[in-house]
Amino acid sequence: MDTKLRYGFRDTKLVQAKVRQIQKLVTRPWAIMEICGGQTHSIKKFGLDQLLPPEIEFIHGPGCPVCVTSLELIDKALQIAALPNVIFTSYGDMLRVPGSKGDLFSVKANGGDVRVVYSPLDSLKIAQENPRKEVVFFAIGFETTAPANAMSVLQAEAMGINNFSLLVSHVCVPPAMRAILNSPSNRVQGFLAAGHVCTVMGYWEYIPIAEEYRVPIVVTGFEPLDILEGVYRVVRQLEGGTHEVENAYSRLVTYEGNQAAQKVIQQVFEVCDRKWRGIGTIPKSGWKLRDVYLKFDAEHRFDTHSIETQESPLCIAGLVLQGLKKPYECSAFGTLCTPQNPLGATMVSSEGACAAYYLYSRNLESPKMNHV
Amino acid sequence: MSDENQPIDFLGAYCPLPLTHSEQIVIGHGSGGRLSYDLIRSVFATHLTNPLLEQGDDGVALPPIDPEFEIVVSTDSHVISPIFFPGGDIGKLAVCGTVNDIAVMGAKPLYLTAGFILEEGLPVDVLEFIVSSMAKSAEEAGVAIVAGDTKVVERGKGDGIFINTSGVGIRPRSLHISGRNAKVGDRIILSGPLGEHGVAVLQARGDLGFLSDLQSDVAPLNHLIAGALEAGMQDRGNAIHTMRDPTRGGLATTLNEIARQSNVGIVINEAEIPIQETVISVCEMLGFDPLYMANEGKCVFIVDPEGTDRVLKAIRADRYGSKARVIGEVVSDHPQKVLLKTMIGSTRLVDMLSGELLPRIC
Repeated sequence: MDTKLRYGFRDTKLVQAKVRQIQKLVTRPWAIMEICGGQTHSIKKFGLDQLLPPEIEFIHGPGCPVCVTSLELIDKALQIAALPNVIFTSYGDMLRVPGSKGDLFSVKANGGDVRVVYSPLDSLKIAQENPRKEVVFFAIGFETTAPANAMSVLQAEAMGINNFSLLVSHVCVPPAMRAILNSPSNRVQGFLAAGHVCTVMGYWEYIPIAEEYRVPIVVTGFEPLDILEGVYRVVRQLEGGTHEVENAYSRLVTYEGNQAAQKVIQQVFEVCDRKWRGIGTIPKSGWKLRDVYLKFDAEHRFDTHSIETQESPLCIAGLVLQGLKKPYECSAFGTLCTPQNPLGATMVSSEGACAAYYLYSRNLESPKMNHV
Repeated sequence: MSDENQPIDFLGAYCPLPLTHSEQIVIGHGSGGRLSYDLIRSVFATHLTNPLLEQGDDGVALPPIDPEFEIVVSTDSHVISPIFFPGGDIGKLAVCGTVNDIAVMGAKPLYLTAGFILEEGLPVDVLEFIVSSMAKSAEEAGVAIVAGDTKVVERGKGDGIFINTSGVGIRPRSLHISGRNAKVGDRIILSGPLGEHGVAVLQARGDLGFLSDLQSDVAPLNHLIAGALEAGMQDRGNAIHTMRDPTRGGLATTLNEIARQSNVGIVINEAEIPIQETVISVCEMLGFDPLYMANEGKCVFIVDPEGTDRVLKAIRADRYGSKARVIGEVVSDHPQKVLLKTMIGSTRLVDMLSGELLPRIC
């Protein structure tokens, strides 16, 4: 990893020069969606929205896997994690996501064995070391995390580890973009495509979308200069009336992506309809384990009885995820709903739009926020 | 039939001797009886000797203090896992933590007490290493450990060893150091780079899957602080208004506490905040922010602008303060809020840490 981040892609002079280029280019308002929660986080953390001309509006997309994992699945996770013989493993930021009742932290406090891991391969190791326990990994994420999750299943099978399973909630970017563009209330005019997703998948999938919906799509990274370059290219297309797919993250992304990773995903997963928290079911927008790997499917292995879910009636996360409302337009923002006491998932992960607004800018914009 | 008159061949004492349990901690070490006594004699007394501790009574009577001074007391419990980490161990941490809490009050730390909660099965040589480490840190800080206690809990009911330390220090009555005293216009000095303890402990837990040569910054800061206070002396009071060590919750949480206590705004400049490249890299990979990472050998000083240069020079003269920087100032705008001016020219809010630091998914 390049340790000179602070002095390269965050260089003050280069950033300011790129902002000036965008200022010169803009003649009227444009609404641009950054798909990925990591980009939302960067925009708020570095205050990029303050530097850009007021004509540029960011609409924060649904690309935070923690936020869009459905309530039903969170509730299933809570049920499984509370079982006496289970070690439930998860990425750290899932532990605070509220289900209908409580979160994984509260399951842990009540005696459930819930552990934070950094990779599904760590869970596989835990399964090896605890042969009498059932070890479950909460396999959430977009295309970025899918190869490692698929690999854990292949390894478990190769090593004959039978006490390991995945609770799968994989989601995919292109169907979500189509769902947004198909919505009658859509305001998005151009996209910053998620750079990390494209390192795995390439950007061939976006070409028909750009063509069909006549919308510019620019593959974009996560550092301040990356994001500004993405914005610059989208604006250049919007002002020029073109709608192409461009790659502004070429130091990591190629057209065809990581073929080996895509092959592993194809081998283990198949496309399915998936429910997105706050949005609803999007057809063919997720991956589930193929039937041959059913024994590694935690939903199949554990009898999670029917669950009635209950979302907070105040939460407008769905509207935020679709870019129809800004977080501070919610009546609960910063008062009833905070990262310590989240009503909805967008307030939990630092990549969630509500949490990013709360953490980095709640007294910097909108008069309402001065009272927070 | 054997001959009852046949003399019995005595082989020696048959009564089985109890095991000495000198290798690992057992419940009896906390009983207050013989085993406890042996443990105190062989481990604690070997390393922690001073006339006050050697009195051997239930408590200790301390010498009277000058009426121009007031007494400052602080206590802190240490439950760190793992108990050894690059740059230190739980013993060093337990001494430095309380010494620093007393020192940032503007007081000179003099005495510590130490309470040990040991888990059955802890190797005695591990305990001995930790106690010797406490002795070294206490010697460096110039404090005496004057009272102690040991309890043992059953296996599975502790995590090897927990240590509570309480400290007593003295502070001139005329010196007013408090989180309530930050004034508009004051400068903010940070004594060195952020996040080293937090990252070193994450690494020592072994679940990051990578290693660097980074060490925890754990250190007693009382000499550094004494030097800063001396340099800060001026006609009216001291140029230093507030001191605090940004431990758990990091710099961000400490500055938020001060902003709220003093009802002022705080602005810090990202470009001025010292952070090692290793800490930045680890944080970037895990989705952490160095502003929230724990430190155990750093101090934040809020200083009158006129005394800032003198105080900064004194801090930099200390071995633990050579990388000290002025990182920001106290303002009248946005009271109770901390803002960061980023290197790229924007401004963002810096909030308190909310809950536990959680690694991001991607």
